[in-house]
Amino acid sequence: MITMTSITQIAYFLAMISFIVGLKYLSSPKKARLGNILAGVGMILAIVVTVANEALKSYQEVGEDGAASNFKMVNFTLILIAIFLGTVVGKRISDKAEMTKMPQLVSFFNAMGGGCAMLLGLLESQVAHEDSRLGSIVLLVAMMIGAASFSGSIIAYLKLAGKQKDKRSMLVMVISRLTLLLMVLIPVFVSYQLLPIDSLFHEALILVAIALIYGVFFVFPIGGADMPVVISLLNSFTGVATALAGIMFHNIIMIAGGIFVGAAGVLLTLLMCTAMNRSLWNVLAGKFKGNSAASADGEEMEIKPISVGEVTTSLAFANKIAIIPGYGLAVAQAQHLCGQLENLLESKGVEVDYIIHPVAGRMPGHMNVLLAEADVSYEKLKEMDEVNDQMSSYDMAIVIGANDVVNPAAEKDPNSPIYGMPIIKAYNAKQVVVIKRGMAKGYAGIENSLFGEENCHLLFLDAKIALNGIISELKNLD
Amino acid sequence: MFEFLQGDLAPLYFIVLCVFLGIEIIANVPAILHTPLMSGANAIHGVILVGAIIVMNQVASDDYVNLIIGFLAVFVGTLNISGGFFVTGRILSMFSSKKKKQ
Repeated sequence: MITMTSITQIAYFLAMISFIVGLKYLSSPKKARLGNILAGVGMILAIVVTVANEALKSYQEVGEDGAASNFKMVNFTLILIAIFLGTVVGKRISDKAEMTKMPQLVSFFNAMGGGCAMLLGLLESQVAHEDSRLGSIVLLVAMMIGAASFSGSIIAYLKLAGKQKDKRSMLVMVISRLTLLLMVLIPVFVSYQLLPIDSLFHEALILVAIALIYGVFFVFPIGGADMPVVISLLNSFTGVATALAGIMFHNIIMIAGGIFVGAAGVLLTLLMCTAMNRSLWNVLAGKFKGNSAASADGEEMEIKPISVGEVTTSLAFANKIAIIPGYGLAVAQAQHLCGQLENLLESKGVEVDYIIHPVAGRMPGHMNVLLAEADVSYEKLKEMDEVNDQMSSYDMAIVIGANDVVNPAAEKDPNSPIYGMPIIKAYNAKQVVVIKRGMAKGYAGIENSLFGEENCHLLFLDAKIALNGIISELKNLD
Repeated sequence: MFEFLQGDLAPLYFIVLCVFLGIEIIANVPAILHTPLMSGANAIHGVILVGAIIVMNQVASDDYVNLIIGFLAVFVGTLNISGGFFVTGRILSMFSSKKKKQ
């Protein structure tokens, strides 16, 4: 006989497959969209079936007061309203957000997932019928990870939005270590009745507070530019919290979904660290390896400024140029102008390529999204490794808002903190123009020896103003 | 402490296999898809909503404080899912609309 329980099992099974295939497709350019839809459909299936199953189960139960049914009208009405509101608000937020704010947005939605795990833990600690301490520990750990992921993601969100500065001090370190220690010790002490906490709910309340503080202090010292790595890591944390909650409820789809995300998140985090040639440990400690002061050789570089007019003239005579965008382009919101410049140059028969460093932007692949938004065609985007060997075939390389990713010190100066990081060999192009606002250093805080190269000129302007100027002068040349 | 070893260990096998599967399925992701993949994975852990629904059904109908907490849990869980999938869709639609123009 087909019961609701077996329907639920089948639906969960299908949802699990949709998650696997969805994630698989999401990592291949051609099928990514289908993957997203597939995983979404699986998710809807899992949720609809869960609501139906819970409703039917409570409907068939005999109520505590002897009533024929235990169906809770109020609870289910609230569930449906919350799901409806969540869907509408989620859609609105994602529709309204600008593409440059993408990393913040992922962080925000991750915070929501962590918050859900936290609230769920608080509720379950009151209603749980779990007798074994092991079960309670699973609950508490899921709740603590959720809470830390929630507060940590909120801080990451604020940092990316520029509302929170890095805080690095002894006190921050002490607090983060201390709270972490408490999160381990309190449950252990309570298990052996060494602490006067006898209700699971009270223990949960104390631990949630500590975990929230931990999340904040965990993210405080980490540099703003490392936020993508942290978001990916917190994303993975929320996955683990979901999986643990799944173990608590004996719910297969929560376990599977949570663990896929947990495992994939860790791998993605490591991939990002590799692309930046940094260890996860250094990222988390908020420091760069080596001593950046040691690499300063005191030798003044000769900086050669260039004007908009001169750049335009060179561009007009070029056959093939490369645009190397960085985060500065996104900050200046100049990606659309970049697209315009490309179209204009192409109409004049100039070949234009974009060269994207794996960590350009604030998230791996972020720059591709930004340029795609500005109608730059997918084929124009070249990955660093594709073009580095043929760099000398470009008549001009325009570096917009990028700095460390074109710094030859990464190849030449073993004392440099970024030594060993793969870079775009912009210096091999026949001419290099760097558009930047001033002599400010890049994220790594070191001199860029590219600026001193023979073929390199600097255009000291905001990316938007500079590109606007070049575009209008190019039009005037007709 | 270790009574659970006498029980059914199938869930443990399942969990370990899921870990390896999770790593394997995304191992070959190209750098340009890191952002949408992260966003998509972010949406998938929203499956915690299932747990929020289950626990909401265990709260008494006149326990207003917990009803509010449960309501919030379901709300933020849904927000995680819908926001995650919609944003991923938006990012990906930008990639694919460019291809059609070619």
